[in-house]
Order: sequence, then C-alpha cells, then structure tokens
Amino acid sequence: MVDRATLARQFIEAIPHARALGLELVEIAEGRAVISMPYDEKLIGDPETRVIHGGAVSALLDTCCGAAVMSHPTQPDATATIDLRIDYMRAATPGQTLVATAECYHVTRSVAFVRATAVDGRTDVPVASAAASFTAERR
Amino acid sequence: MPRSRPEPMQVVKQRRDGALKALVEAVPYVRFLGIVFDRRGDELTGVMTYSEDLIGNPFLPALHGGATSAFLEVTAIVSLSWAVLWDDLESGALDIARLEAGDLPRLPKTIGLTTDYLRSGLPRDAYARARIVRRGRRYASVHVVGWQDNHDRPFAQATGHFLMPPRDGDGAPDTPREPMAPGGPGPADG
Repeated sequence: MVDRATLARQFIEAIPHARALGLELVEIAEGRAVISMPYDEKLIGDPETRVIHGGAVSALLDTCCGAAVMSHPTQPDATATIDLRIDYMRAATPGQTLVATAECYHVTRSVAFVRATAVDGRTDVPVASAAASFTAERR
Repeated sequence: MPRSRPEPMQVVKQRRDGALKALVEAVPYVRFLGIVFDRRGDELTGVMTYSEDLIGNPFLPALHGGATSAFLEVTAIVSLSWAVLWDDLESGALDIARLEAGDLPRLPKTIGLTTDYLRSGLPRDAYARARIVRRGRRYASVHVVGWQDNHDRPFAQATGHFLMPPRDGDGAPDTPREPMAPGGPGPADG
C-alpha cells in the first residue's frame, strides 16, 4: 500500500505554482502539514520596505491548507478551496523564511475545515492566520 | 466666464498611463504573477496573463487558489492606490516626474481578505475589477470580482479590509492603531 504522506508530498511537488513560489514541504501527516517559503525578491509587495506581498502569504497558506486536507486520515481523493479567509497580523520580516502550519480539524462527507498560521521566526506573533473550507472529493 | 480649454487628449492619457505604469511596475510580485492593468478613464481591470506557473492542479488543470486570491488582492490594492492617486493626479498636486523616478505613494496594507472560489479557474487569462465599497481616511473596504471567459460567470470573488497609508497632514505615521468601533470606523474617519 502506498503511503498517504508520500502521495501528498508528490502531489505538492507536482504543483507548478508551488514550485514557482519556492515552497518546500517540511512535514505532513494525519491532517497536519508544514510548508516553508524562503524569502525571494520576486515576491516583494512593497518596494520601499521590501516586505513580501500578502498574496504570496495567501498562496503559501492555501497550499498548506490543501496539503493538510489531502493528508487527513479520511483519505479524500482530491480537494479544492471553497473559501479562504486570511488575517494579516503584521509584516513578514524581509529576508526571513516563512513557515506555515495547517491543521485539518474536521472533515464531513464532502467538506474539510482547516486553520493555519504563518510565522517568520522573529516573534511569537504570527505574520498571518487563515481559516478555510475545502472540498473533500471521493470516488 | 468661458471654461478653460481642455488639455489635449494625448497629454491627459500620457499622464494617467504613466502614473498607472509607475504604480504597477514598481511591485516585483505583480510582475511575478504576470498581472497588468487595463485602464478606461479611471476604471481599472486587472489582467492575469495565463502561464503554466499559475497552475495549482495539474490534472484538471486549474489555476492555484493562492494565485487566484493573490490576483484579487493585487487588484484591490492597485485599485485603492489608484483611487487615491487619481485625485492628486487630476488636481495637479502629483509630480509625475517624481512618481516615474520611483518616488511612489505608500501602499495600503491588507488587514484581512476573504476569497470565495465559485468555479475552477481555467488555464487561460483571468480578469478582475474592484469596487471600493468604502474609503475612509484610515480604513477601506473593497469587493473584487474575478472572471475569465464570461463576465456574468465569476470564478472567484473577495472582500478585503485595508489600512490606508497616512496622508500628509495626518501627524506621526506610527500612531497606535485605534480599535475599530462596532459598526465600523466613526464619523471622524471620513
């Protein structure tokens, strides 16, 4: 039997947009995923402060939430975002790698509920948090 | 008294297009996503030109939800900045030469953004337009709709709240943030 975690890892590494953002899967198991995004100048959203764009943080959190859904023990075959809410608490420190952690905390027959945070390792206050729902598709 | 003769169209267009170009091209992430803006008068339409790098599900294929959300957020921020810039541009208060030299106005900061994914994003160009629901001195609320082939069939929409950059005469830029009162910012936030 193929390991679910291996499948999910391969799935993420096959996502072109995740590759373009430079995302790296750190950890994935049982409905929990950790993905990092190294600082890159192409992601800058404010040329004056060199802080990365909120959109890049959204993309990191969205990918991380999707990965958490795929690794859930209820084994969905595919998933897509239904809605995603992001709160930006503070600017990400320029030069720092962002690390997102997502937890898929409930799955029904067709919907998965996920929450996530992104930190930059500078303070305990996350850069952003997310609350999302995803489709949980089954054959 | 007869009104003053309007400026030649080319002069007006050049000034407006120059200001928009300076605003958009200064942001590396906007280039990364391949977003450009189409202008008709003061109305902007964001265009996210399709590239394989925007794909989130290679099997369907479909646009990445993060790219879609980012596209709507970029459209909201640029539209909001453009609305602020427009007033100064038309009144002549804005120095275009300084703008083009990279001396850009501070950008609004996203407080929160909620994206609804209504349909799978197809592997082709996407468009978005923002409606500024409310623009106060400190906070703004913006609604953005994204579509592809058919304007009446949006593939995503978002609502975002933004912290507006301090304007000249606002006092210290780093004054502590006031808590948002129930029902939104008070009358002083006009």
